[in-house]
Amino acid sequence: MDLKIRDVRKEYGSFPALNGVSLDIRSGELVALLGPSGSGKTTLLRAIAGLEIPDSGRILFGDEDALAKPVQERNVGFVFQHYALFRHMKVFDNIAFGLRVRGRARRPAEADIRRKVLELLELVQLQGLENRYPAQLSGGQRQRVALARALAIEPQVLLLDEPFGALDAQVRKELRRWLREIHNETGHTTVFVTHDQEEALELADRVAILHKGDLQQVGTPDAIYDQPATPFVYAFIGDSSSLPIEVRGGQAALDGKALPLGRVDAPDGPARLHVRPQDVTFVAPGEGVALGRVATLRRLGAFRRADVDVGVRRSRIEVRLPPEAVFAEGEEVGLAFERFAVFPAEGAPGAARAA
Amino acid sequence: MPGFGLALGFTVLYMSLLVLIPLGAVVAWAASLGPTRLLAILTQTQTLNALKISFGISLAAAAVNAVFGLLLAWVLTRYDFPGRRLVDATVDLPFALPTAVAGIALAAIYAPNGWVGSLLPFKVAYTPLGIFVAMTFIGLPFVVRTVQPVLADVDRELEEASATLGAGRLTTVFRVVFPTLVPALLTGFALAFARAVGEYGSIIFIAGNIPNVSEIAPLLIITKLEGFDYAGATAIATIMLAMSFVILLVVNLIEAWSRRRLGHAR
Repeated sequence: MDLKIRDVRKEYGSFPALNGVSLDIRSGELVALLGPSGSGKTTLLRAIAGLEIPDSGRILFGDEDALAKPVQERNVGFVFQHYALFRHMKVFDNIAFGLRVRGRARRPAEADIRRKVLELLELVQLQGLENRYPAQLSGGQRQRVALARALAIEPQVLLLDEPFGALDAQVRKELRRWLREIHNETGHTTVFVTHDQEEALELADRVAILHKGDLQQVGTPDAIYDQPATPFVYAFIGDSSSLPIEVRGGQAALDGKALPLGRVDAPDGPARLHVRPQDVTFVAPGEGVALGRVATLRRLGAFRRADVDVGVRRSRIEVRLPPEAVFAEGEEVGLAFERFAVFPAEGAPGAARAA
Repeated sequence: MPGFGLALGFTVLYMSLLVLIPLGAVVAWAASLGPTRLLAILTQTQTLNALKISFGISLAAAAVNAVFGLLLAWVLTRYDFPGRRLVDATVDLPFALPTAVAGIALAAIYAPNGWVGSLLPFKVAYTPLGIFVAMTFIGLPFVVRTVQPVLADVDRELEEASATLGAGRLTTVFRVVFPTLVPALLTGFALAFARAVGEYGSIIFIAGNIPNVSEIAPLLIITKLEGFDYAGATAIATIMLAMSFVILLVVNLIEAWSRRRLGHAR
């Protein structure tokens, strides 16, 4: 089932939760909505489910207008962060709930319900636990029951709101891999919300990044990491540092001195140069792009991390070095950038165009 | 467990001084009457009828309070409307009012020539129905106040999960929300029942107090005391005590069972 989201807006009072978000999700795709808290990712997910009514915009399931239907008729599987299992029902009855509440005409026979529930228990690897109450299960098991319950109604789309957020790191990692397997097996169009970029990059076919109600970028994990479209994405995904620079006629300058970067694609005015720690190398002072002074040097497992002060404003650039690198704190070094990006500084004219 | 000895000691002492010793004295006195006399008092028609009236109408009043108290708690927690706080505060009035005042007010209103009584085609005051009205009145706060906090704590996500699974609003309320309220509802029911069984002040003004028809057991005890029939009074008190204890124990067991099912305690 294709999912089309068109210019969806939602405000809470005067706080804009979604500023006109458009997103196409292909049938069978696994898409992550990623962003910090308050970015609008959960609001968007709840709007798809029908738990939240957008102020304007359209949401289409295939060619069908989903907004014309109440939540009960949208046929979405929704998994909550805190499971939301019915505590007074056994695991079996939790999973069967969606089938049993159907109208007489669409309700399967009790024998078929039983077959379906046992089948789902096998899929989520909880065979034999159908007579337990949710209180007798671990967090990971509860979330599996919640997923089985959502799958029981054969949903058009599967929506998961921070599904691993309440679990500890070990279980989280395991369930993440397991969810990917289930997705490959069942092929449901799936959207999940997370604030954990590692989770989004590992699990999703495509990642949609939201910030303050704006969709910043949609792309494969590779595209998101290697070609960040906005300064926010650059800073949010992976590690990076930035330098305040000045652009004049495609030429970048630091503290009034031209930087040998070639032509940069940014409008005139204040801008920021973003670079990742692994894309910076140390060269002899005077060579490379900029001159800096090593402020701190730390060993971090497989590599060394250096913080280098650059320019009169002592902007800190993080550098990842091989462990055998021999430098001392206080030493002057040249910095060469293998890959970088220049974006207009926030609030400067042209910033909106890039965002 | 640190402090267990001290805490338990204090609990036992407190319960003994306030509850066990006075009630034990009643039982001991009744026991001194001997089984034959005890049985003779308890099988008098007037005694049996008074017990039937007291316990039967108390159960009915508590049941009605369970239904409408739940409704009231629902309205007070789920909706916001002008005057909600006022209604919320009004719920506690039956707690605070001297029971005689309540009884006189109810009797005046429900009397055949009262505001409400004159509109009804049947008699309320001075009949068993009047007892029922008074017992419902004084039991109202218990169900509301026990259900309200639990209802406020019901996770909204449960209702949302139910809706995404296709359940309509009524199905969600009856199959998802209400079952989680059962333990609190039973507690409220038990408290309302206990209060109704023990109530005296408000009922005697509205009941009419006709022996075998609208005479409650506590009134019978007072009547016997006034006639210096201490043995009779003690015997009735003891049987009331025993019946109340058994009923409350059963309700508490059901409540503990349903609470365990909800995973509250192990």
